[in-house]
Amino acid sequence: MFTIRCPYCGERDQSEFSNGGEAHVARPKDPEQISDREWSEYVFIRANPKGIYYERWVHTHGCKKWFNAVRNTSTDEILKVYKMGEAPPPLKGFKNTIKTPSGEPDVGSGNFSVKKP
Amino acid sequence: MKKKYSIYSLVKNSLSDNQNWKKMWRNPEPRKFYDVIIVGGGGHGLGTAYYLAKEHGLKNIAVIEKGWLGGGNTGRNTTIIRSNYLWDESAHLYEHSLKLWESLSSELNYNIMFSQRGVLNLAHNEHDVKEIRRRVSANKLNGIDSEWVDPHQIKKLVPIMNTENCRYPVLGASYQPRAGVARHDAVAWGYAMRADELGVDIIQNCEVKKIRTAKGKVQGVETSKGFIRSNRVGVVASGHTSVLAATAGIKLPLQSKALQALVSEPIKPVINTVVMSNAVHAYVSQSDKGELVIGAGTDGYNSYTQRGGYNIIEDTIRAIVELYPIFGKMKMLRQWGGIVDITPDASPILSKCEVEGLYFNCGWGTGGFKATPGSANVFAHTIAKNKAHKINAPFSVDRFVSGRLVDEHGAAAVAH
Ligand SMILES: Cc1cc2nc3c(=O)[nH]c(=O)nc-3n(C[C@H](O)[C@H](O)[C@H](O)COP(=O)(O)OP(=O)(O)OC[C@H]3O[C@@H](n4cnc5c(N)ncnc54)[C@H](O)[C@@H]3O)c2cc1C
Ligand SMILES: [Zn+2]
Repeated sequence: MFTIRCPYCGERDQSEFSNGGEAHVARPKDPEQISDREWSEYVFIRANPKGIYYERWVHTHGCKKWFNAVRNTSTDEILKVYKMGEAPPPLKGFKNTIKTPSGEPDVGSGNFSVKKP
Repeated sequence: MKKKYSIYSLVKNSLSDNQNWKKMWRNPEPRKFYDVIIVGGGGHGLGTAYYLAKEHGLKNIAVIEKGWLGGGNTGRNTTIIRSNYLWDESAHLYEHSLKLWESLSSELNYNIMFSQRGVLNLAHNEHDVKEIRRRVSANKLNGIDSEWVDPHQIKKLVPIMNTENCRYPVLGASYQPRAGVARHDAVAWGYAMRADELGVDIIQNCEVKKIRTAKGKVQGVETSKGFIRSNRVGVVASGHTSVLAATAGIKLPLQSKALQALVSEPIKPVINTVVMSNAVHAYVSQSDKGELVIGAGTDGYNSYTQRGGYNIIEDTIRAIVELYPIFGKMKMLRQWGGIVDITPDASPILSKCEVEGLYFNCGWGTGGFKATPGSANVFAHTIAKNKAHKINAPFSVDRFVSGRLVDEHGAAAVAH
């Protein structure tokens, strides 16, 4: 459990929020034209990286507003919070903490909670 | 030579102060080429290697594990084994597995401590009652020993349960007497030992960093011990399957989340079956050491931290204490998390993919321990024959394109 800074209410306990999965997934513009495989991607496939990614949160037990965040899934650190409609900050601007695709970060993972860099 | 465990080997080794037990498996350096490489040394991966060698006569096989054997979800789960799933496809898969569990200790000559103590799945509201009764009927049609029990019968099985004076009273349950629990580490070790005897190289502390492909065919894997060539690679990496698939440019419908469990201080035997409740989300069994083994839920967001949120265990403990007031003053000793790979229909993926020679066994999410022998068995068939076994054919990744999902959210929920 961690805290999240709601862009409207400020820092609150994570349990006040609900996660909405990957952010910036666009609905296909020409639904009649695309193939079943493309539909499948839109309906079922979501990014699942170990590392940094965009996601949506809603302040369920607060202002009930949706917003976006950049989070590191290998440490659960929230690196940036921004409002719906704002441009997503480029991911390149954030430091990745793992060296291999399924490696562990020096700090922040449940495997090495007491290990210091 | 085959390592035999028996009363004689126990006596013999006790005479030499247990100093002369043989190592259970070798610790080889990887070869340059293998006929089949299995990525992930959990129960499903080790079991797959075992059945490839045993039933399909393949000799040159490696299992590559980034940590230690069974250090993933195999060694982190609450070990509930049952086959009372709703749809025919799942019933066949999980029942195939349950039948293998029933003879696994003798098959491996290794005590996996499979204990068929039964499982109750509780109903707390009218909807639960209807759904669970429907599932019981479906199970019966598939030849699975499932029955509906009323609160009176539940009280006989579990006298300590508070069925009436609680916010969500217990209205009944499904009961599967052949269900139970097993020793999770022993499952990994037993398969590892017997696979090793059949010539499988088990390579620990070796991370696969990339699955190399060329012209739509798999070439091998890049690891922390260098490149290893193979034309057939089976990925059995639970929570890390997405990141491995991504290295070969493949997207799978998986989301990785932390799932937690916790264990209490040991007490005298008080509960001799497994009790699960999806509605209030609490499940419990008692280990042979006397500890209560309690399963909590998943965190509501993707994560690889292998930890889990405190609020999740609070919710579970609240439900446990209401169902079993007698546990109210007990202390919890340990808590941990595992990263589970969840699919949109709560059913696994056992499948070939668009890259030739690349196979996935994943998506077991919160409930794949029970499937370990069955999954390994049919996955070995899939790799050896380059064709799905009839039991795992419905679990192809293509079902997310065709729309023929196997929705087991009712039988799986978050609980197992
Ligand atoms: C808390 C908890 C409770 C559970 N309770 C139950 C239950 O009661 N009943 C039930 O049926 N199921 C339960 N499950 C689910 C069950 O544990 C899993 O579905 C099952 O154990 C998966 O086995 P596996 O062999 O596929 O994966 P794992 O045992 O996780 O093995 C995968 C292995 O792959 C390795 N790996 C990952 N990436 C790489 C890489 N890049 N290179 C090399 N190796 C790699 C990992 O280190 C790991 O050892 C539970 C899970 C958890 C976390
Ligand atoms: Zn708010």
